[in-house]
Amino acid sequence: MKISRCRPRLLAVLPLFLLSGCTVLKLGVLNHAGPIAASQWHLYLIVGAVLIFVAGPVLLLTPIIAWHYRLSNKHHAFRPKWSFSWKLEGFIWIPPIGIVIGLGFVLWHFTHTLDPYRPIVSNQQALEIQAVGFDWKWLFIYPDSQVAVINQMAIPVGRPVHISLTSGTVMQSMLVPQLAGQIYAMPGMTTQLNLAASKPGNYRGENTQFNGSGFQNEKFDVVALSPADYDRWLTHVRASGRPLDGKALADLFNNSSLQQPIFFSSAPPDLFKHILVRTQEPRS
Amino acid sequence: MTQGIWPAVLGRFDWQALPFVRAWNNPTASEIIGAGAALIVIISAIFVVVLISRLGKWRYLWSEWLTSLDHKKIGIMYIVLAFVMLSRALIEAVLMRMQQAAAINNPGFIAPDHFSQLFSTHGSIMIFFMAMPFLTGLINYVMPLQIGSRDVAFPLLNSISLWLTGGAAGLMMISLVIGAFSTGGWSGYPPYTELAFSPGVGTDYWILAVTLGSIGSTLTGLNFAVTIYKMRCPGMNLMRMPLFVWTALCTSVLMIFAMPPLTVATALLALDRYLGFHFFTNDLGGNMMNYANLFWLFGHPEVYILILPAFGVYSEVVSTFSTKKLYGYTSLVLATAAIAVLSFTVWVHHFFTMGQSADINAVFGIVTIAIGVPTGVKIYDWIWTMFLGEVRFTVPMLYSLAFMMTFVLGGLTGIILAFPPLDYLVHNTLFLVAHFHNMLIPGLLFGMLAGYHYWFPKAFGFRLNEKWGRIAFGCWVFGFYLAFMPLYVLGAAGMARRTQAVFEPAFLPWLYIAGVGALVLFCALASLFVQLWVSIRERDANRVFAGDPWDGRGLEWSTSAPPPEYNYAVIPRVQGLDPFYDGKRNDDSYAPPSSYDDIELPKNSMTGPVLGVVAAVTAFGLVWHMWWLAAIGVLASIATVITRSFVRDVHQIIRADEIERTERRWLSAVAAAKPIPREVEMTSANQGLAEV
Repeated sequence: MKISRCRPRLLAVLPLFLLSGCTVLKLGVLNHAGPIAASQWHLYLIVGAVLIFVAGPVLLLTPIIAWHYRLSNKHHAFRPKWSFSWKLEGFIWIPPIGIVIGLGFVLWHFTHTLDPYRPIVSNQQALEIQAVGFDWKWLFIYPDSQVAVINQMAIPVGRPVHISLTSGTVMQSMLVPQLAGQIYAMPGMTTQLNLAASKPGNYRGENTQFNGSGFQNEKFDVVALSPADYDRWLTHVRASGRPLDGKALADLFNNSSLQQPIFFSSAPPDLFKHILVRTQEPRS
Repeated sequence: MTQGIWPAVLGRFDWQALPFVRAWNNPTASEIIGAGAALIVIISAIFVVVLISRLGKWRYLWSEWLTSLDHKKIGIMYIVLAFVMLSRALIEAVLMRMQQAAAINNPGFIAPDHFSQLFSTHGSIMIFFMAMPFLTGLINYVMPLQIGSRDVAFPLLNSISLWLTGGAAGLMMISLVIGAFSTGGWSGYPPYTELAFSPGVGTDYWILAVTLGSIGSTLTGLNFAVTIYKMRCPGMNLMRMPLFVWTALCTSVLMIFAMPPLTVATALLALDRYLGFHFFTNDLGGNMMNYANLFWLFGHPEVYILILPAFGVYSEVVSTFSTKKLYGYTSLVLATAAIAVLSFTVWVHHFFTMGQSADINAVFGIVTIAIGVPTGVKIYDWIWTMFLGEVRFTVPMLYSLAFMMTFVLGGLTGIILAFPPLDYLVHNTLFLVAHFHNMLIPGLLFGMLAGYHYWFPKAFGFRLNEKWGRIAFGCWVFGFYLAFMPLYVLGAAGMARRTQAVFEPAFLPWLYIAGVGALVLFCALASLFVQLWVSIRERDANRVFAGDPWDGRGLEWSTSAPPPEYNYAVIPRVQGLDPFYDGKRNDDSYAPPSSYDDIELPKNSMTGPVLGVVAAVTAFGLVWHMWWLAAIGVLASIATVITRSFVRDVHQIIRADEIERTERRWLSAVAAAKPIPREVEMTSANQGLAEV
């Protein structure tokens, strides 16, 4: 009686729990929204398939052999002095070496095709964005449009994006799991990341390298818009923002976490270079 | 006048450095937890002092333990230290899991600064003050016995290494009570850990504790390697060494070559912070990429320093509890050596995302997956060792089986991480955290616990309680899967590591499961302590004085349990790989020798404890900029070393008649003991004599 009364409730709760559990994967590469993440997922599947053959035998043999050759089972052979066999030796050295050689080729190929520095092949010219990590926010500079935004990166769907990164503070790492992998942003240095979105949407980006007490708040949205919407967005930024002047720049170097994106209607042309140099100057 | 004196005396200390004052001024949950932790440290210290005084054991403790140069006692002290530090770091892990489960769109109960201290101490302690002391202690205890030696090559150095590690661990505990710890993680990446971004005392605590620990480990590595090269008993050529000795040798060589880059990295960072150098700063030409390279030049071999000794334990355990010769000894030795060499060639995989070329990343990625081959070979060697054997499911064997099946999963995710394009997606996320816990919990902790259960009867003369051992085992394994499998999912969804608060409601169920897992892991640790308590109470029923409770194979089982101070009355002579196993089947293992000789052993020395305390005091002075204290510490350590060099009377003689008495007592106990078949080895019938 008691059990039957409990069961419907359990049955109702369990799928809810599982469903909410599965939505988590929508935030990651499984729900890829761009060509880079798509081929990273493709690589996941290849590697995962191979790995089944690597782990399978161990996961099966360990319990089977341990149980079959247990002391209390009197129906098995016992050869306490047996300790070597060339056949088994071949089995445990040669196939793994073969798998590693095979995986090595896959690794070499994909590491080069998915090199974050490699431009995405497209008939459109890549959109240039310069990203700067601060404590604890990201500044995105659009050098061609002379605007800048904090904590929001809008990109046109279908057009490759080339991002140059640096940091105005300590080492950071920019990751947008649904679009591409991460790359470090380091003060005084420039790194590069190429990505593209293949469908409109909001994709979460973040810094993954710990940088102090506001680290957990350092998230931003990548907003993938249709080309027309992207142009409207640019107009909106120009219209609603204020210019990124000396005071605004000084504020960027102060520690702060922001709730809302901030739009700058104009940014100095050499802002990125300026930040690169400034972080290397002696701190007073 | 006073204004001039106090800053010079107290350095940068002020009352805000005390967690009690902070909690009084700002009574938040986070500060109260900090003050509570400090209170626990203080109360435990007082409790220990009172207890020892009540029992009147100070003299005993000083002369029998703290100043001892006996490798067995030093080994035990290392393991005690490991358990103490494990307790602290595990509780910190539980707190972090609770915080993340509570902090979904919510600040939770631990403030960001406190949270970052928790993950920094958790990592630093688990690596430097839990894992390293545990494996060093186990090697210290077992390796000289296994090679038929009476001690390590440099017994005084052994004591100094122990006390440097102990001093460093003490510094970690002091940081709970006075000041705050680093927030820069166990890897302490600059420029975050530079003065410009972390001006407080925390980073200095971290630098000095890690530096002292790393110097201790370098010395230990030298000591062990020389011991294994020079002090093996007659007949034990390299290819007759037990596999645990092989792994100890490889680990020692790794320590010798891998610890110095860490010492250099932390020393350069200290120069930056103390003397205004610019090795890793943003300005004036510093470059943190050099730190990343140095740190992981240590960090990756370190992984194998931690894992190889556990591989050695598994080799001993699987062979003993399958009553079978180890399968593929040569191949295991080759695989161990190959892993040790390859471990120096993969460090870049810790920062594939630093912007180097695809060629470099691909080369390091391929070498990384290549390490999977010798590691896989080892796992199969253990499987073939069980094959055609008679497997007994004792606690150490259960840990070994759980290790094989769990470690292989960690290996799989390791191969995923070795692919640079996949690493880009999950680097710095909980996927990585899950991966290295998936390697280190089965690959280190299970191995150390297996070794602890396996050799405990040898060290203390009685077996550990089986029931509580199984409960603890169940909790460790079950808790591990609950706590870390969800982190793979969260990491794949992009949840960054070291996150104090979470803003994705979808993470909630997984964080809850992981939180439950952390609690189960806490129960596992508690069960281990209950087991120890129960075992000590029931010790008289479970004595194995004859010395061979598991039908052991190596020399360490051929002496009494616990072994006499001199280990072997007569240095053994070996003819094969399993000398004791074969010996007792040829009836020559318990034969009394024709005569006994005097034995010379190192005398106790207070150099080790004095140096350890002085080093910790020096470090404390440096942390707080109390320059007078640091200067006194440096002078005192130099004086200690000079004084020691004038001590001439450094040996003690154990006389032949005393040895004869000890040996006769043991041999008569062996003669009186009832040999038991393997079916009853987990019962009180086991008196330490195997039926052959």
